[in-house]
Amino acid sequence: MLGRRMLDLPDRISRLYRDESGRILATLIRALGDFDLAEDVLQEAFAAALDQWPVDGEPDTPRAWLTTTARNKAVDHIRRRRAFADRRDALEVLAALEADERGAGPAAIATAADDHPPAGHLADDRLRLVFTCCHPAIAIEAQVALTLRTLCGLSTDEIARGFLIPAPTLAQRLVRAKSKIRAAGIPYQVPGPAILHERLQAVTAVLYLVFNEGYAATAGDLLLRVDLCAEAIRLGRLLVSLLPDQAEAWGLLALMLLHDARRPARVSDTGDLILLEEQDRSRWNQADIGEALPLVERALAGRPVGPYAVQAAIAAVHARAARPTDTDWRQIAALYGVLAGITPSPVVELNRAVAVAMADGPEAGLALLDVLDRDGALPRYHLLPAARADLLRRQGRNREAAAAYREALALAANEAERRFLVRRLTEVED
Amino acid sequence: MQYLLLIYDEEKKFEDMSAADQEKFSAAYFAYTESIKKSGHFRAGDALRSVSTATTVRVRDGKTLTTDGPFAETREQLGGYYLVEAANLDDAVALAARIPSAHHGGSIEVRPIMVYG
Repeated sequence: MLGRRMLDLPDRISRLYRDESGRILATLIRALGDFDLAEDVLQEAFAAALDQWPVDGEPDTPRAWLTTTARNKAVDHIRRRRAFADRRDALEVLAALEADERGAGPAAIATAADDHPPAGHLADDRLRLVFTCCHPAIAIEAQVALTLRTLCGLSTDEIARGFLIPAPTLAQRLVRAKSKIRAAGIPYQVPGPAILHERLQAVTAVLYLVFNEGYAATAGDLLLRVDLCAEAIRLGRLLVSLLPDQAEAWGLLALMLLHDARRPARVSDTGDLILLEEQDRSRWNQADIGEALPLVERALAGRPVGPYAVQAAIAAVHARAARPTDTDWRQIAALYGVLAGITPSPVVELNRAVAVAMADGPEAGLALLDVLDRDGALPRYHLLPAARADLLRRQGRNREAAAAYREALALAANEAERRFLVRRLTEVED
Repeated sequence: MQYLLLIYDEEKKFEDMSAADQEKFSAAYFAYTESIKKSGHFRAGDALRSVSTATTVRVRDGKTLTTDGPFAETREQLGGYYLVEAANLDDAVALAARIPSAHHGGSIEVRPIMVYG
């Protein structure tokens, strides 16, 4: 019996690491105010578990044991610190940690007084950490790096490869971000109700940035790059679990799931982009879609309705269409109209024009594109001439379509998109 | 933690205001200063005279070089500062956001004061 337990233990500790280390790390970061120290003592605590549990048995509350062990090791580290630059800070942290243990430390009091976990939620340290990592006072690229490093546990190398940047650059960003947090006094707390909504926008922006970066990766890349889409979705799930009252968190998760659902059908084996209307819909991930659709409803219930909710609703209309001809384009055009009211932008208008063309014919769409051209709102955006070219092509106005495709090619940078435009150009030139 | 709130704004804007608007602006500043004194955040604060009154001093190769004007010509000029005590950056940012210039097209730079251990 004992023998069997000893065999299971390393497995159980591995599972604990996978399931709990994120939460423990978040608690340690808040308690210590030091990302690097927190990571170090977390590792040491798990190492201690591997050593001691086979002998002493697994504790009743493993997470508490690991957290306490890690904090004790942090105390040791701090005591041993000789560098006077942070000696004063270190002594303060020490005093605070020791008082914290008695339940009376400044950290305990601060989190009670200054912290604002949304009603009904025990303050989860990961929630505090999310807002710290995505603080607007940190450069956006650094927000992304810090979030992936601390909340997803990705290595510096993995993150660097994910974003196709050199590892030393990424490492430098992380160092600067942690330094800024310490030097400028960025707090480890959930923002107050007055600014929570605004600060949540920073968080969702980071998550969506990560997702889009992952979405742009081709299938070939994925062998070398970590799946950023999966990480973004994981974070999205964490966010809704920690902030279930925030409709936009649901909207973002739904949107990411719906985009992700189409990934298997999006790129051909030769790395060519497959248009939505040409995708093999049997390759769409129905599990993702099934999970996402109820979330869209939840997101749309938010007041006021947010942009992610609307974008998710648009994606849902596509997802529900078994065949391209089943698509409710009128719905989509209407939804883009709603989106234009919330986040007006020429890109939204462009998408609306495309939807209107699908619902009411190319003529109607072209009229809206003409407005965009006249306003000069998207001077160097290749998708505007590309959209115009497509509508002209549908009307059989091949010469004009060709000119527009050439205009789009002059502006397009992405290889897969260029190949697509060249293909279309050849079609209309025949 | 202590932070310096540096107030940047276009001087010309204030000069171009009507006397009545200038008075309203000054009253807003007075009210702000009083409120942060009462809340215990205020440590120091002053308005600065126009950059036209500035002098820049550099010592190079043992020579003192004195020139007329601010150290750099900028579209927005440093017009004043507050030294405040705040629990963390979020609190400092909240204080900065209430400064009248922040509402009227100006920018507030929030810099933590260096602490030597």
